This record gives sequence, C-alpha cells and structure tokens, in this order.
Amino acid sequence: MTHLTIMPHLTILPVLVPLIGGALLMLPPLVGHPQRQRLTGIACSLILLAVSINLIQATSNGQMLLYAVGDWQPPFGILLVADRLSTMMILLTSLLGLGSLLYACAGTDEQGALFHPLFQFQLMGINGAFLTGDIFNLFVFFEVLLIASYALLMHGGGKPRTRAGLHYVVLNLAASAVFLTSLGILYGTLGTLNMADLAVKVQQLPESEAPLVAVGAMLMLFVFGLKAAILPLHFWLPQAYSAASAPVAALFAIMTKVGIYAILRVYTLIFGDDAGTLSHLIAPWLWPTALLTLSFAAIGLFTSPNLRRMVAWLVLMSVGSILAVVSFHRPEATGAALYYLLHTTLVTGGLFLLMDMISQQRYKASDRIVGARPVAQPALLGGLFFLGSIAVIGMPPLSGFVGKALLLKSAHHVNEMIWYWPALLGSSLLAIIALSRAGSSIFWRVSGAPSEKRTHPLEVMATLVLLASSPLMTIFGGTISEFTHATAVQLYDTHHYIEAVLSVEAAP
Amino acid sequence: MTLLWISLLPILGAMVPLMAGRQSRIQCAWLTAIAPAAALILVLQQAPAVLKGEVLRYSTEWIPQLGLELAFRLDGLTLLFCLLILGIGLLIILYARYYLSEKDSMGRFYSFLMLFMAAMLGIVMSNNLLQLWVFWELTSLSSFLLISFWWQKTEGRKGARMALTVTGAGGLCLLAGILMVQQVVGTLNVDEVLASGDQIRQHPWYTAILIMFLLGAFTKSAQFPFQFWLPHAMAAPTPVSAYLHSATMVKAGIFLLARMYPVLAGTDLWFFIVSLTGLATLLLGAYFALFKHDLKGLLAFSTISHLGLITMLLGLGSQMAAVAAVFHIINHATFKASLFMAAGIIDHESGSRDMRKLNGLIRYMPHTAILAMIAAASMAGIPLLNGFLSKEMFFAETLHQDLLGSLSWVIPALATVAGILSVAYSLRFIHDVFFNGEPIDLPKVPHEPPRYMKIPVEILVALCLAVGIVPNLVVGDLLYAASSAVIGQMAPNVDIAIWHGLNLPLLMSITAVLGGVIVYSQRKRMFRFQGQFQDRDAKLTFEYIIQSMVEGGKRIVLFIDNGSLQRYLLCLLTAIIVIGGYAMLNLQPLKTTREPIPLDAITLVGAFILCCGGLATAFWHHKRLRSLLGLSVVGLVVSIAFARFSAPDLALTQLSVEVVTIILLMLALFFLPQRTPKESTPSRIIRDLSVSGAIGGIIATITYAILTRPVSSISDFFLANSKIGGGGTNVVNVILVDFRGFDTLGEITVLGIAAIGIYKLLLRLRLSMPASDVIGRSWSPERYPMILATVSQSLLPLALLVSVYIFLRGHNEPGGGFIAGLVTSVAVILQYMAHGVDWIKTRLNLDYQRVVASGVLIATLTGLGSWLFGRPFLTSWFDHFHLPLIGDFELASAMLFDLGVYLAVVGATLLILANLGKMTTSYRPLHKEQD
Repeated sequence: MTHLTIMPHLTILPVLVPLIGGALLMLPPLVGHPQRQRLTGIACSLILLAVSINLIQATSNGQMLLYAVGDWQPPFGILLVADRLSTMMILLTSLLGLGSLLYACAGTDEQGALFHPLFQFQLMGINGAFLTGDIFNLFVFFEVLLIASYALLMHGGGKPRTRAGLHYVVLNLAASAVFLTSLGILYGTLGTLNMADLAVKVQQLPESEAPLVAVGAMLMLFVFGLKAAILPLHFWLPQAYSAASAPVAALFAIMTKVGIYAILRVYTLIFGDDAGTLSHLIAPWLWPTALLTLSFAAIGLFTSPNLRRMVAWLVLMSVGSILAVVSFHRPEATGAALYYLLHTTLVTGGLFLLMDMISQQRYKASDRIVGARPVAQPALLGGLFFLGSIAVIGMPPLSGFVGKALLLKSAHHVNEMIWYWPALLGSSLLAIIALSRAGSSIFWRVSGAPSEKRTHPLEVMATLVLLASSPLMTIFGGTISEFTHATAVQLYDTHHYIEAVLSVEAAP
Repeated sequence: MTLLWISLLPILGAMVPLMAGRQSRIQCAWLTAIAPAAALILVLQQAPAVLKGEVLRYSTEWIPQLGLELAFRLDGLTLLFCLLILGIGLLIILYARYYLSEKDSMGRFYSFLMLFMAAMLGIVMSNNLLQLWVFWELTSLSSFLLISFWWQKTEGRKGARMALTVTGAGGLCLLAGILMVQQVVGTLNVDEVLASGDQIRQHPWYTAILIMFLLGAFTKSAQFPFQFWLPHAMAAPTPVSAYLHSATMVKAGIFLLARMYPVLAGTDLWFFIVSLTGLATLLLGAYFALFKHDLKGLLAFSTISHLGLITMLLGLGSQMAAVAAVFHIINHATFKASLFMAAGIIDHESGSRDMRKLNGLIRYMPHTAILAMIAAASMAGIPLLNGFLSKEMFFAETLHQDLLGSLSWVIPALATVAGILSVAYSLRFIHDVFFNGEPIDLPKVPHEPPRYMKIPVEILVALCLAVGIVPNLVVGDLLYAASSAVIGQMAPNVDIAIWHGLNLPLLMSITAVLGGVIVYSQRKRMFRFQGQFQDRDAKLTFEYIIQSMVEGGKRIVLFIDNGSLQRYLLCLLTAIIVIGGYAMLNLQPLKTTREPIPLDAITLVGAFILCCGGLATAFWHHKRLRSLLGLSVVGLVVSIAFARFSAPDLALTQLSVEVVTIILLMLALFFLPQRTPKESTPSRIIRDLSVSGAIGGIIATITYAILTRPVSSISDFFLANSKIGGGGTNVVNVILVDFRGFDTLGEITVLGIAAIGIYKLLLRLRLSMPASDVIGRSWSPERYPMILATVSQSLLPLALLVSVYIFLRGHNEPGGGFIAGLVTSVAVILQYMAHGVDWIKTRLNLDYQRVVASGVLIATLTGLGSWLFGRPFLTSWFDHFHLPLIGDFELASAMLFDLGVYLAVVGATLLILANLGKMTTSYRPLHKEQD
C-alpha cells in the first residue's frame, strides 16, 4: 500500500482525469445540480492544467515519458508516449478547454443536457490521441473525440446545428471506416500496431510489399486530412464551427490540430526519412492541397456574411498555412508551424467566444455583418475585436506576426517561396480588408439606442484567458519559438524515439 | 539604455491620457505632453554626440529564431526624424487641445496619438529591419484609429479602411522584402545590412527585394499610383492630418528609402523606378492640388506632390540630391504642418473649408492670415523662406542627371512645370482665402482663434523664416549628420546659400514664380478645362472593387461548397479513389503467395447470400423495411462466417449486435418521412454507380492482396501469453480485457458517449408522428401482443441466467462482459416491446445514464487498482482459490473490468432504446377508429 504515488502515472493522467471526471459528473451527487456540475468541471480542467504543466516540465529536457498500460511492454501492449510534442499539445488543449469551459459556465452549459460530462469526455479523447503510441489506440481516441464532439456540436439544438451535425457526423464516420480499413492494411502487412514498431517494420519491408503499405499510408492521410479539413475534405468545418455554440466552437479550434498532429507524428515517425521508398510519401499531395486550402479559406473569409463563419474560415486558413509548411519536412519549418499552431488555436478559440458576446448584444442582428443598434459595451467588445483581429491577421505587435514571419522564413527554397509567400501574404491582406470591413460595420455603422444586454463577466474573463495568450506569446516569443523548435527537432529524431520505445521494460 | 527610454516613453505616455481622461482638458493635454517632452530632452542630450558623427546603439535579444532583436540606433537621420516627430508632436498636442470639441473624447484621441508617436519613433530608431516593420505596421494601425476618430462619419470610416488596406498591402510587401534581405545577408541587423550593399545588389533577388521595399515605401508615402488614399485620409481631425499626413507618417516611406539608400540605391533600376515615380507623383499632385476647393484637399495633393519631389531626389542617386532630399524633408514638415494647422484654425473659426466660400479672411483673422501666408510662400518657394532653398537645390539636381540620355532635358523642364503649378496653388491658398472679396454664407462669423492655438503655428513659421534666412546656423549640422547617414559616408560639405549668383536654377525659380502667377490668373480657363473630366471619387471606386471581389468570391465559394451532403460525399469518395488508386498503381499484379484455404460449397453459398443481401440493401434503398431486412441478412451471414472460421466470440458478439441494431433501426425508421425523395436522374445513377464500383474495386483488391500474403504479427505473442500472463484461455477475451484493455475502456466510453449523446438529442426533439402508413391505413390497434408479452416474460429469467453464465465463463471460454451485456439488453428490450415503456418503468426503475457511468467508472477504478501495487494502469491480477462446495475457481481483476464493460453496454443500449421507444409509445397518436 505504500506504493501509491501519482507521479509515475503522470503520463496517463490527461486521459484519466477527464474520464473519471466525466463519469462522476453523470452520477449522484453531482448529476442534476448545475452549480456542482460547473465547479467539478472547472476543478477537472484546473487539475488537467496542473498535470499538463507538470508534463511539460518533465519532458522539457528532451526526456520522453513512456507508460506501458497494463504493464505489457511494446510492441504488444498499448504504450503512451509523452514527448515534447504530445505534452505541448496537451497543455494547449488544457488551456483552450479551461477558457471554453469558463465561458460555458456563464450559462451556455444550461442550454442542453449533459454538457459537462461530454466536455470532459471530449478532452479525454483529444488528450488520448496526443499521447498514444499505438495506432489502433489512436483510432479509439479518434472515435471518442468524434462522438463526443458530435454530441457537443448539437448542444443547444436548433435546425442549423442539426443540419451541420448531420453533415459532420456522416463525413467523419465515413473517414472512420477508411481509418479502420487502413489499419487493417497496415496490420495485415506489417503485423504490428505500436508506432515505433511499425516504423521498424517499414524499414525492413521488402520492396515488393511497399506499395500495399503505401495504400494504407495514403488512406490514413485521407483520414487525417479530413480531420484537419484540407481541401477538398473541409466541407464539414465551416458549417459545423459556425453553427456550434460558442464554447464548443472554441474547443473545436483544437480539433483540426488533432489531424495536423497525427499527420506530423505518423509521417515523420513511421513514413519518415528512413522509410525507404515510403518516405516523403505525402509531400506531393499535402503541398498543393494545403495551398489550395489556404487560398480558398481566404476567399471564404473575405465573402462570409457573419462573424462566426469568418472565424471558421480563419481556422481553415491556419490549417492551410501550417500544413503547407509541414510538407517541407524540415525540423525548422515544423518548429515554425508549431509556434503558429499554438497561436492560432488559442486566438481563434478566443475569437469564437468574442463573436458570441458581440452577437448576444446585437439581438436580432446577431453576428451578421450589417449595421444595427450599437452594442452595450462598445469599448470592451470593439477593443477586443480590434486586438483579436490584429492577432489573427498576423499584424504586429501580437503573436500572429511572429508566427507568420516564422512561417514565411521557413519556406526558403525559391520554388517554395513563389507559391507560399503570395498565398500567405495575399490571404493576410484579404483578412485585413474583411475584418476591417466587419469591424467598421458592426461597431461604427450603428444607429438607434445602444443595446442593454451586457455580457456576463465570466464570459469576458474566459475570452481574455484565451486572447491574452497572444501578447504573452509575443513577449516570450524567444522562449516559445525555441521550445517549438526543440519540439520539432525531437519529432524528427525518430531513432531516439524508436530506441526509447522498443527498449521499454515492464513496470514504470 | 537612454535609447530604450526614448522609445518607451511615448508607449507609456499612451496610457496617461486614458487615465487622465476625467481631468479637465487642459490638464489632460499637459499630462500627455510630459512623456514626449521627456523623450525630446533625452534626444537633445544625445544630439551633440550624434552631430559629431557617432552612432548610438542599444540592443537586446527578443526572438532569435526569427532574427528579431530589440535594437535601437540613433544616427543623424534618426536624430532628424526624432526631432520632427517629438517636436511637431508636442505642438500638435497643444493645438489639439483647442481644436477638439467638448464632445470628442480627449483621452482616446491623445492615447491614439501617442501610440502613433511611439510607433513612428520606433520606425526611425530601429536597428533591426523586422523590428522596423513591427513599428511600420503599428503606424498603419494607429493611423487607422486616428483617421476614423470621428467614426460616425461614413467618410471617416471609409477613408480609414482605404488607408489601412493600401498601407497594409504595402506593409506585407515590405515584410516579404525584409525576409528576403535576411535570407540573402543572413541577418536583420540594420548595421550589418547597411554594410552588405554590394552583396544585395549583386544577388539575383535584388530586383524582387527592391520592388518589395519600394511597394512598401510608395504605398506609405502615397506615391503614384498609390496616392489615392491620402486625400481620403483627410477625413481625420485636422491635428491628425497635420501630424500624420504631412509631417510624419507619410514620411515613413521616404525614411525607409533613405535608410536603405546605401543598400538599394546606385543601380539603374533604382534610378528609373524611384525618380520617375517621384516625378509622376510630383506633377500629378501639383496639378490636382490646383483644382481642389477644399482647403485640406489642396494641402493633401500638395503633400503628395512634395513627397514625390523628395522621392525623386532620392532616386537621382547623387550625393547632393540626397542632401537636398533630407533638407526638403525638414522644410516640408515645417511649412506643411503649419499650413494644416492654419487650415484647421480657419475651419474651426469659420465653419467651412470651401475656398469658394472663404474669401477676404484677412480682415477677420489678420494674425492667422499672416502666418498662413508666410507658410504658403515657403511652399511656393519664395526666397528668404526655407522652401526656396531646398527647391532650388532640387532644380539644380535635375540639371545634373542624364537618366534619359538625349531626352534628359525633359526632367528639369517637367520640374519647372511642377514648380509653376506649386506656385499657382500656393497663390490660390493665399488669394482665395484671405483676399478675393467677402466671405459667402459661412456658418459663423470668422474670428481669431484662442491665443494658444496659434502658438504651434507661430513656432513653425518662425522656423521657416529662420531656416530660410540663416540656414547654416539653424540646420547646417543636423543636415550634414542626417545626409551622411543616408549616403552611408561623409556627405559633401555643402554651404547652403540664398544667393548663388545668376544661374540656371535661379532662372527656373523665377520662371516658376512668374508662370505660377500667370496660371493662377488664368484659373477660370483651367477650371473649365478640368471640368470636362468626370470627377471620380476614389472611395467609390475602391468600394466597387471590393464589392465585386466579394461577389466573385461568393461565386467561387458556392461553386465548391454548395451545402449538399451528396456533393461532399462525392468529393470524399473521389479523394479516396484518387489517392488510394494512385498508390495502387505501383502494386504488383496480384498473385497468391500462400496456401489458400480450399473452397467448399457451404462457404460459397454463404458468400452468395452475403452478396445478395448487400445488393438487396442497395436495390431497395427506397423501401426502407426491405432494405433493412437485406442488411440484417448481411449481418447474419457475417456472424455465421465468424463462427465458421473459428471465431466464436466474434460470432456471438456480431449476432447480438445485429439484433440490437436492427431493433433500434426499426424504431428510427418510424420517424423517417413516409415518402422517400424522388429517384436520382439516370446520369446521377451512373455517376454514383461508378464511384461506388471504384471504391468497391479498390477495397476488394486490397483485401485480396492482404489475404494472399503471409504475415507474421504480434498475435503470436497473445496466443502464447494469454494463459500465463493474462490468466485466461480465451485469447479474444484476454486481449479485450487485458492486453488491450485500454482500447476497450475507450470503446465502452464511446458507447456511453453515444448513448448520452442520443439521449441529449432526443430530449429536445419533437418529431411528427405518423398516425397511419403511406396509403392511409392506420397502425395496428393492438399495441402489445399477448403472446409476446407472456413468452418474453417467462424468458427473461432464463435470458438473464444465460448472460450471467456467458459473463462468468468469458475469461476462458467464448463469452465475456460485452456479449453478456448485449444478451441482457436483448432480453430487456423484448420486455419493452412486449409491455411498453410505462409498464417497465414501474417494475425496473433504473436510470440507465447512471448505469453507463458506473460501468465506465468501475472499469476505470479497476485499472486504478493496480496503482496500489505500484504497477501501471490496468495491470491485471489473477489467482486460483478453493472454496468448499464450489471447488476450484479463479479470481481476476479482469472480471471486475469486465463487469464495467457489461454495465456500460447494458446501460448504453437501454438508454438509447428506452428513449427512442418512449417517443414512439407514450406520445403515439390514437388511431382514427377510436376517434
């Protein structure tokens, strides 16, 4: 009985905390008491945040934390691997989750049943996907986050949500089927599921077998591409994100990043530099589609008639910007992409919340970009809109400019530059025009008496939690960009990963 | 450190007015002025060293990954700009105190103004190009806020957006240019970049870099063809126009050209683009200035014209031209800022800026009139004023170039034309406003402004005079230091003199003055000529372009994303075909490389039925019940196939899943519309058939390829370790609850989430319930068939017993928590069907939601149990025990885990069913016969 200490089990806590929290929230004495639900939910989120900070500290020296679930060593059992990238993504999720949850606690959570347990299960699925070192287990967590996100998407009900939800779930279930197929192909050819072991098996693969594995790898790109919402697999995103209730949409800002994460992990570790004929399989596909995604999203943003949809397109723009750079397959480029990923996730999350506050104060005009009555708190909302726009467009002095400059800098071959630079800079210009138009219409082209509907202070606080990341990411830009760079370097150091995983002894 | 303070002070100063907003307006102004005044003192303290040729620096690391450092420098050029920014800034603060009315928010105005001042200082002091860009964009943003200060006015909003769009686009180009320089030189440090001029000029990217920098500079400094935004930025309050749009911000582009002069200048490309753009802007601005009736409009175009003049001087590339450019920067800032302020006073005290109404003001405000006239004379280039000196230097330089070969004489000729125009519009400013008869219905009677409002103008006009009369004494050193910084080496020692003797430049000046007088006297004809052109408002054009872009964009978006799920799925499947099919092109023709299992008749028949079931499902997709039956055939055959290929667990699972699924689907079918949508068109059918055929072909090929290859996998380990490591002989179950128990935990969570998700959905759903079938026959009145009720009730205990049995044997024989859970569910479902929801509710009052949660929780807690023994999550434990009567038996932690699985499955299944069922039964409408 003296053995019970938490620290050796730190790695699995990001999954267990929300899982247990979610289950408890459905049981007495918590069920049916809004106040208890809220407090428990926030407590879980705070614990998760503390856990993620601990994880970051534990892995920031380059160490990888390995956790063999059930004490079955790899490649036979399921292994959780916490390296810099995983822990960074988990910290990001915890922050975003906390902000979204705080916002929801101001009243959105009461618009439908079971919000809090579902929210926790959603976090569990996301964290699990970031932690697992087993490809089938990744599928399981994809299912968890898909089904939880579907239920959350429908939170609050209404026709647009039902419609968007149907599209969302049908497309994603189709992708799940493809995921399962590709898992079957990989297991049928390589005979293993642990990602490090898969990498080893791919290296030893006879040339005649390679094409079959390639089919599996490509189908998996399809699945991750749909999660990340690359053109032409993006269709679920603009609808779903603009229809979801604000805290859900904010949390969803991380969902596309799960796809990006999976692409990063699988195509550096398993199909990376050492994969022989299978290495660099995806670049010819990823590069053009990412550019198309970026450009198309910019057009979408430019033409969108309401604020929430604008943010949805901004999410898509960030996906294109990041994946184009990921396709370069260079650590320094990926480091830049990771910095941008952190920035864009928190800022777009915050913007979803902000747009909801604006829309609440505009009664029937909601978030449509038209002149209407002035909002009740013009200085607060207008100021936040101005700063949020600056951050998301990538204008100084907020973190977007650091991210965009890093991205631009990472494309340093001429054939990369001539496509990527115009796309990224052009989309920024469209964003400047679109957001200045929107802001001008909503805050300045007003008539009539100001609205009386003021925003709940908790909602303002939640939005600030997320948006404040932007100035902080600029001030500490040096440290953070060093961190993401080191993260990318570790990601590409697959020898170290494989060696660490396959030499795991039983017991922590 | 001093440098850091100089740049920090205005940033801190931006907070002051926000806090001092409650104070009286004069206090607010004074408090605001503290920070820039302090900064100015610090700059002046450094001035002697800088004038001696020193360059002061301060730097500290910021974002090394980006090459971005916090780095400041103070050289001659910077010093000059710092003095302009801080000096004129202070005068503007004083002026604005009197200009703004009670209604305007003083705090907000000063705060934006200070923000702008900080940004502008940042640009000129940056010793890092990216940091320079940061401040560059900040000027765009703060000027956006300042132009739209009166946001209630549509021209304020539109002008601000236009300025932001144009300068924002330029800013993005500049960023590209800066990053290219970084890739060429390897650093962003201005010192090092300035030292690598040759390297950059010889690099293949030079042209691109130059164009990017020039786009940045030209948009900011309103050079042709980007000049259109500046006149519309005049919607800003006049102090803003005086500060941003004459003295400082528009000079940022010029500053950039001057700063990068040692690096980018000196090539033919530079000469051509910069000097010709400058010349075009000079002429265009001067010409249009003449026709503006609005005082500020005249000044705006005049500013464009003078900016063109400076640009052209920088483009000429000679050292003297650079000196002249720097000199004109100083002179233009002084006379133009004072003119804007004078225009503001006139507007403020007479209520109009229209020169057709403003006449003869000299009688009403003689003091202001004199100040304005001196400044305007300087603008025209009249001797004894500073404008004359730099203009004369400009004329001299135009004579010293041979840009256009034998046509080079055109340039001084055109310069003289510009001179003529500039005299003409200056004359118009003086004559139309202050003389030329009486005012015409002005809103109020003009009068002199408050005393202090004139002080800034007086100071600037005094400077015009001082520089104009004793230039060397006043600005000689500063000019020398600044020019040296531009050229990159010691500037030629110029002696600025008012009288150079009778020479060509003087002749050009005289021509300009005489010509200007003639042009002005013939202004009626000129106006008539100009009146033949359609007057186009750049704002409308701009809006029109944006609108058309939005419309075009909408069409593109709609073309790709039309909101149809069928379209989306088509895209999705096509993507699978393309990337999957592409990867398969390299796959060798299929051949069997391992011993196939011999084919027998039973298998063949099974496969045939399976195919028929699949086809039937698709064929009858409009007849939902038949389709569902087809589907159930497929499921059944698959379960049989599992059984046949020695997977009894899978067979059992599949079978029970089949039963539950079909029942749930039947319930769901009830709510679907009774009539199905119309049949697809033939072309659609062909399309859909081809797509699904291709997908099927791909999957079949892959499956065949995999099945016909030998593979070694980790499953051997599971077979070998199931008994010794997992304590069970049923490998499937041991995999589920032990080897990969974590997956199972995830999957039961999925099941649970799905159940509560459906519950959540149904809770808010109000579906229309059909009272009869499609032909109008009402539903059967017999709700609960008697036979079913009786049989099911007696079957229940048996079924539960079976499920307990299946559960207990699971670890060693086919069975387990999952199957047991499904069997229990089926038994209870039968009760629901036989008796209805209400009947069950009174007998089995279970909250299924809690059952689900407890199941998940039990499974998780079982996993946590291993922590007590210092083992990782879900580590299993088992041992054998002996009890009298019962005999030997095994206890394993896996059983507890399996209990969790069992509960989750039962809870989830029944939660879904009970809620779907509730909708059909409790609210079911009565059939017609009973009505």
